[in-house]
Amino acid sequence: MAKDDNSGKDLAAADSSGVGQEGAPAGTVVVVRDAVANPGFPPHRPRVTDVQPSAERRAERTVYTLFYLSIVGSVFAIAAYMAFPIIPEDPGSVRTNNLFIGLGLSLALMAIGIGAVHWGKALMYDHEGIDERHPVRGSEDTRARAVEIFQEAGEESGIGRRTLIRNSLIGALIAFPLPAVVLFRGLGPQDDNPAALLSHTMWKKGTRLALDPTGTPIKASDITLGSAFHVIPEGLQDLEHGKLEEKAKAAVLLMRLKPEDLNELPERAGWSYDGIVAYSKICTHVGCPVALYEQQTHHLLCPCHQSQFDVSNHCEVIFGPAKRPLPQLPIAVDSEGYLIAQSDFTEPVGPSFWERN
Amino acid sequence: MSTSTTTTDLVETKKSGGLTAAASNYIDERTSISTAVKELGRKIFPDHWSFLLGEVALYSFVIILLSGSFLTFFFSAAMTPVEYDGSFVPLKGVEMSAAMSSSLDISFDIRGGLLMRQVHHWAALLFVAAIGLHMLRIYFTGAFRKPRELNWVIGFILFILAMAEGFTGYSLPDDLLSGNGLRIIDGMVKGIPLVGTWISYLLFGGEFPGEAIVGRLYSLHILLLPAIIVALIAMHLLFVVVHKHTQYPGAGRTNQNVVGYPVLPVYAAKAGGFFFIVFGVVMLMASLFTINPIWNYGPYDPSPVSAGTQPDWYIGFADGALRLIPPGLEFVWLDHTFSFNILIPLVALGLFILVVLIYPFIEAWVTGDKREHHILDRPRNAPTRTAIGAAGVTFYAALWATASSDIIATHFKVTMEGVIHTMQFLTLVGPFIAFFIAKRVCLALQKKDREIVLHGYESGRIVRLPGGEYIEVHQPIDEYERWKLVSYSDYKPLMLRPNAQGKITTGQKLRAGMSRWFFEDRIEPVGTTELERSHGDHH
Ligand code: HEM
Ligand code: FES
Repeated sequence: MAKDDNSGKDLAAADSSGVGQEGAPAGTVVVVRDAVANPGFPPHRPRVTDVQPSAERRAERTVYTLFYLSIVGSVFAIAAYMAFPIIPEDPGSVRTNNLFIGLGLSLALMAIGIGAVHWGKALMYDHEGIDERHPVRGSEDTRARAVEIFQEAGEESGIGRRTLIRNSLIGALIAFPLPAVVLFRGLGPQDDNPAALLSHTMWKKGTRLALDPTGTPIKASDITLGSAFHVIPEGLQDLEHGKLEEKAKAAVLLMRLKPEDLNELPERAGWSYDGIVAYSKICTHVGCPVALYEQQTHHLLCPCHQSQFDVSNHCEVIFGPAKRPLPQLPIAVDSEGYLIAQSDFTEPVGPSFWERN
Repeated sequence: MSTSTTTTDLVETKKSGGLTAAASNYIDERTSISTAVKELGRKIFPDHWSFLLGEVALYSFVIILLSGSFLTFFFSAAMTPVEYDGSFVPLKGVEMSAAMSSSLDISFDIRGGLLMRQVHHWAALLFVAAIGLHMLRIYFTGAFRKPRELNWVIGFILFILAMAEGFTGYSLPDDLLSGNGLRIIDGMVKGIPLVGTWISYLLFGGEFPGEAIVGRLYSLHILLLPAIIVALIAMHLLFVVVHKHTQYPGAGRTNQNVVGYPVLPVYAAKAGGFFFIVFGVVMLMASLFTINPIWNYGPYDPSPVSAGTQPDWYIGFADGALRLIPPGLEFVWLDHTFSFNILIPLVALGLFILVVLIYPFIEAWVTGDKREHHILDRPRNAPTRTAIGAAGVTFYAALWATASSDIIATHFKVTMEGVIHTMQFLTLVGPFIAFFIAKRVCLALQKKDREIVLHGYESGRIVRLPGGEYIEVHQPIDEYERWKLVSYSDYKPLMLRPNAQGKITTGQKLRAGMSRWFFEDRIEPVGTTELERSHGDHH
C-alpha cells in the first residue's frame, strides 16, 4: 500500500509544456507519454484595415475625429465652469454645475481613450511578437557569486565569530523601537481610566429628562400611551465640552405602556412611573442607537444588526447578536410633574468591554 | 584621447537628428534611459479581456490620487464644532464638525467640488471591486503558482489596504453614517479581550467619539496608507515585469515564450487609451449619479439613525458577519466580559483572510510541483481549485448579502428572523453545495472537451445513412483549437510511502489526504493514441 507514486515510472520531471525548469520536481503531475504536440502558431489573419484602403482611411478619420472631439470636451468643461456657476442657496445650480463640467470632462477623457484604443487595434502593426522566458532564478554563476559575497561579508565583518557583538546588536535593534510604542500612550488623555469613564453617564439623581434635540424638559403628563420619545439629560445641550461624548452614553428612549403590559423585575420596582419606562438607547451589541420602536409588540429594533429588545420584559434580547438587555434608567416625577432620573444607570451602558462585570 | 572621442560623439549626435535626438541624448547621458527603453520598450504583453481587471484597479487608483489631492486643498480634518454657514440652506445654523462643514463646502460652494468628491468616491468603489475581480481571475486561472506566489500575497494585502483606505475615507466627512460606522468599529474594538477598552480609548483619544479620530484617520488616509499602497503597487508591477505576464493556452504558446503585443506602440496605445476610458466612465458616473449625499444624512450625532442605510459595498461582508451571530454569545467569567458575539466574526474573518493569503503555498505543497507555470489553467482543468474558489465566493457572498438582511426582509415581506436563519444556513452550508456543484460542472466540461477533441463539434446537420439510420454530422476541430483543449497539466493523488527512516509522518499523511481530495476525480487530457483511434472510428 505504502508506495510513492511520485517517483513512479510514469512520472517525469516535467510535462510537455514545462521544459527548461532546471530539473525542478514536478510533484504528482502525470506526464502524458503520447501528448499531443503543440501545432505552432496559426496563420496570421489580416484585418479589414490591412486589405481595404478605404477601411484604413475610415479608421484614421475616426481616430483623429475622436481626438478633436476630446478637445471640444475640454473646452466645453471650461466653458461650463464659467457658464454654470454655483448660485448661493440654489441646490439646482450645484447640480447643473456638476453635470455639465462632468459631461465635458467625460467626453474629453473618453474620446482620447477610445481614439487611442482604436488606433492601436485598427491601424498599428498587428503582428504578435514573441518574447522568450528564462527561469526567474539567477544563473548558477550569479547565485554562486551571491552566496560568496555573503560569505565574504560575514568573514570580513566577523559577524559569525563575534557572537557577543552580534547578539548585543540584535538586542539593541529589538529594544530601540519600544520607546516609540510607549509614546503612543499619549494618544489618549494621560490620567483617565477608560473602564471607569465607561461606567458613568451624565444622569444624576434629579436630572430632568429632556427632549432630544431641543432640551425641553418632559412632563409625565405629556407622555401618551404607546408613544416613544428620544430623550437626553437636561443641560446636555449647554455643555461647553464633550457634548457628543456625553450624549453617546446618556441617550435614552422613553416609552409608555399599559402598566399591566409591563413585566417588571422585583428589584426594579419603582423604577418606572405609571407605565413610563426609560431605557438606554445605546445598543448593547456594538453601540448603535436603538431607535425603532414597534408600538404593538413593544419591541425595540436596532437598525445596525437587528437585535431586538422586548420593552415589556425589561428590554431583554429576543433576537440578534446582542446579549444583554438595554440598561434601564430609574425614573420618577418631581414636584412640578417633570420626569427626573432617580440616579445614574446602575450598570455601564453600550457595548460590552473587557473590564465590565 | 578621451577629449577627442567626446567631441566626435557630440558632432555625430548633432548631425544625426533634431531636437528630439538632442534631448534624448541629453537625458540618456545623465540617466542611461536607453537601457530601460531597450529592455522594456518592446516587451511583450499578452492580450485578454481578463488581463484588463488589474489595469482597471491601477487606473482607478490613479484617479483616486488625482481627485483626492484636489479634495485635500479644501477639506479640513478637524472635529471642532462650528456652526454651518454655507450654501446648503436646510443645514444652515446647525452645529457640526469642521470636517463636515468643509465637506459640505466642497459639495455646495466650490465649482466642480461635488464632481471631484463623487469622482473620488465612485473611483474608490471601482478600485476595490476591480482588485476583487482581478484576484478572482488570478485565482481561477492558477496564475498564483510558482513563481508568482509572493505577488499573490502582495496583491491580497493591497486588497485589504484598499478596504482600509475606503473605510478611513468614508469616516472623514463626519456625517451621520460615517460616525455610525465608527461607532460600530468602536464597539467591536471594545469587545477584544484584555486590550480592547484601551485600544478604543487610545484610538479615539478618550471617550467615543472625541475630537481626534477624524484627524488621525486623515493621516492614515492621505499619507500612510497611500504611501504603503504606492510602494506595494510598485513592487507588484516590478514582479510582473520580472516574471513576464502569464498567457492562456493557445497554439504556438509555450511555457517558454510570451506571445502578444509589444509595449511600444500597440500595448501603450491600448493600455494608455484604456486609462482614459476608465477615467471617462468614472467621470460620467460622477456627473450623473449622486454618491454619499452627506447633506441628507446630516452631521454625526450618537442618537438618531435611519434604518436601511448601508455601508460602502466592500464593508458589507464584515457587517453581515456581525449580524449572523445567534443571540446569547457573551459571557462574564472571572470578572471579565468575553464577547464571543464579536470575537467569532473577527476570528472567522481573520481565518478566512489567512487561508486566502496563503492559498498558493497550500496548493504548491499538495501538488509538490516546483516548476514555473506561465500558461494559465482553464478553470475547468483544475476542478478542485475551482470548486474551492466557488465555495469561498459563496461564503463571502452570503456574508455580504446578510449585510442587507433588513432590506431583504422588508422588500420581500419576510421576517427578520427568517432571513437571518436562512443566511446562517447559506453561510455554513452554501460553500459545500457550491463546492460540489462547481466540481461536477468542471468535470462535465472537461468530459465535453474530450468529446469535442475526439469526435468534433456537433454541427447540427442530420444526415440519413444508406441503411436508413440518422446521424448528426460532427465537425472535427482544427489542430489549433484542439491544442487549447488538450494542453493541461493533470495531477494524480499522492500515494504514501515511508521515508528513509521507514516512517510515514503525519505531515505526509495530511498531504496525501489533501492530494487525494484534490485529485481523486480527474479527467486525463487526450493523447495522440486515443486521438488516432477515434479518427480510425470515423473513417
Ligand atoms: C485607495 C485609496 C483611496 C480610497 C479607497 C479612498 C476612499 C475615500 C472615500 C470613500 C471617501 C469619502 C468620500 C466622500 O464621499 O466624501 C474619501 C474621502 C477623502 N479622501 Fe480618499 N480614498 C483613497 C485615497 C485618497 C488619497 C490618496 C487622498 C489624498 C491625496 C484622499 C483624499 C481624501 C479626502 C481629502 C477626503 C475627504 C473629502 C470629503 O469628504 O469631502 N483619498 N476617500
Ligand atoms: S449595534 Fe445594535 S445590533 Fe449591533
